[in-house]
Amino acid sequence: MNIFASIGRAVITVLAHIGRLAQFTGRALAAVVSPPIYTRLIFSQMIRIGYFSLPVVGLTAFFTGGVLALQIYLGGNRFGAESIVPQVVVLAVTRELGPVIAGLMIAGRVGAAIAAEIGTMKVTEQIDALTTLATNPIKYLVVPRIVAAVISMPILTAIGDSIGVMGGYAVSVYTLDFNGTTYLKNTIDFAHNDDITSGLIKAAVFGFIVALMGCYNGFNSKGGAQGVGNATTNAVVSSSILILAADYVLTALLFHK
Amino acid sequence: MTAKIQLIGVKKRFGSKVVLDGVDLTVDKQSSLVIIGGSGTGKSVTIKSILGIIRPDEGTILVDGEDITHINGGARDRVMKKFGMLFQGGALFDSLPVWENVAFGLIQGRGMARSRARDIAIQKLAKVGLTEDVAFLSPSELSGGMQKRVGLARAIAADPEIIFFDEPTTGLDPIMADIINDLIISTVKDVGATALSITHDMISARKISDKIAMLYGGKIIWAGPTGEIDHSGNPYVEQFIHGRAEGPIKMAVKA
Repeated sequence: MNIFASIGRAVITVLAHIGRLAQFTGRALAAVVSPPIYTRLIFSQMIRIGYFSLPVVGLTAFFTGGVLALQIYLGGNRFGAESIVPQVVVLAVTRELGPVIAGLMIAGRVGAAIAAEIGTMKVTEQIDALTTLATNPIKYLVVPRIVAAVISMPILTAIGDSIGVMGGYAVSVYTLDFNGTTYLKNTIDFAHNDDITSGLIKAAVFGFIVALMGCYNGFNSKGGAQGVGNATTNAVVSSSILILAADYVLTALLFHK
Repeated sequence: MTAKIQLIGVKKRFGSKVVLDGVDLTVDKQSSLVIIGGSGTGKSVTIKSILGIIRPDEGTILVDGEDITHINGGARDRVMKKFGMLFQGGALFDSLPVWENVAFGLIQGRGMARSRARDIAIQKLAKVGLTEDVAFLSPSELSGGMQKRVGLARAIAADPEIIFFDEPTTGLDPIMADIINDLIISTVKDVGATALSITHDMISARKISDKIAMLYGGKIIWAGPTGEIDHSGNPYVEQFIHGRAEGPIKMAVKA
């Protein structure tokens, strides 16, 4: 086996993947802005992506806020800075953990479901059937999911942010003997609008990533049950990685002063 | 007779595997042509090339004399409205009830009001022998034969000019297969459509076709009226229609 040939093959495979993804993204974005717009489908996807994700996002946000309060208290204790808990909790939750945790949860819950559903439609020729019924599969399947995810994620994150702060509040007040009123006052005084909006912008981008990777992997699945399984795994893994990578880039851009 | 569909030198390869190696084929207006051939000889690729689901590497595809090989967007949508297709596995949308499957092309493709599309769907279901109560079931609640019927109703819902049948009888018992054959004949006659089918079921092929073409090695090796298939004088055709293991055709192992 020629080593250059195998390196070349790997590079070509990666580049081909990136190219296909870019092409797919371009087609999806072009379809978002051109009629027809399936409003009914966008709403039903918002219910599936947004509403049904509330429990899982809420629970994870609550525990994240709680553990954050506990860790900051214990860490701050080392140099007598326990009182900084509310400020750090609200900052971390709104800027980082709210959108990232919600994004990862959505990647697992929604990204996997999108990839599995579209992948099954692909291998059972349902996507070809759409084409023969004079319906563009990108417009019918991809656009509603992307639009719904981009709208739902900031709303989910806003709710998750509040629950996360309340998680920190609960742990601080009930186990660490903080004064409840002071805790809330410190939280509200310290949080800036920028902290919250930057998190919500991130959330919208993460929603786009999850829906796009779910659809892309579903559309490119082949074979049978195994192919759909692979598509689902790839959708979750790739969107999780992209969320964390995009998080860094967005943070650098949004807070670049 | 005028040609409804014409394929000229259509070639398609996937990687290094040549699937279609210059297919020339003509389907006359309001006639029924069946393409026969073994598994993996490119029958499906031929149909999908005409539908624009697969883009051929070379060659020309004409529908009503119009070159549709490379058209996109609105022009493609306009041509797609001439087509209806019955898929091998039915390819029904499992998230929608039966009537919405049948009415799909009317509602999404043509923007018809839902209530009117539902009435048409129920009419079309009656044409394939299904009653109104089936209309509100989910496709997963139906047997294979029933799913084929729904698929057929969906294919004819928008009164297409050309209907494609992909292995219409595969996986059905002989009685249901014959019922589907009869339905294909009557529905195609009813809407005055041109039919292009692919199958390896010779009973079905003889019954539903006016003309038969055989695809082998990426080319049409024989084409003629159905009545002449028994006197083709072509050893490949002879072997295929009699289903003999011995002969010039070598079965490919890889898809």
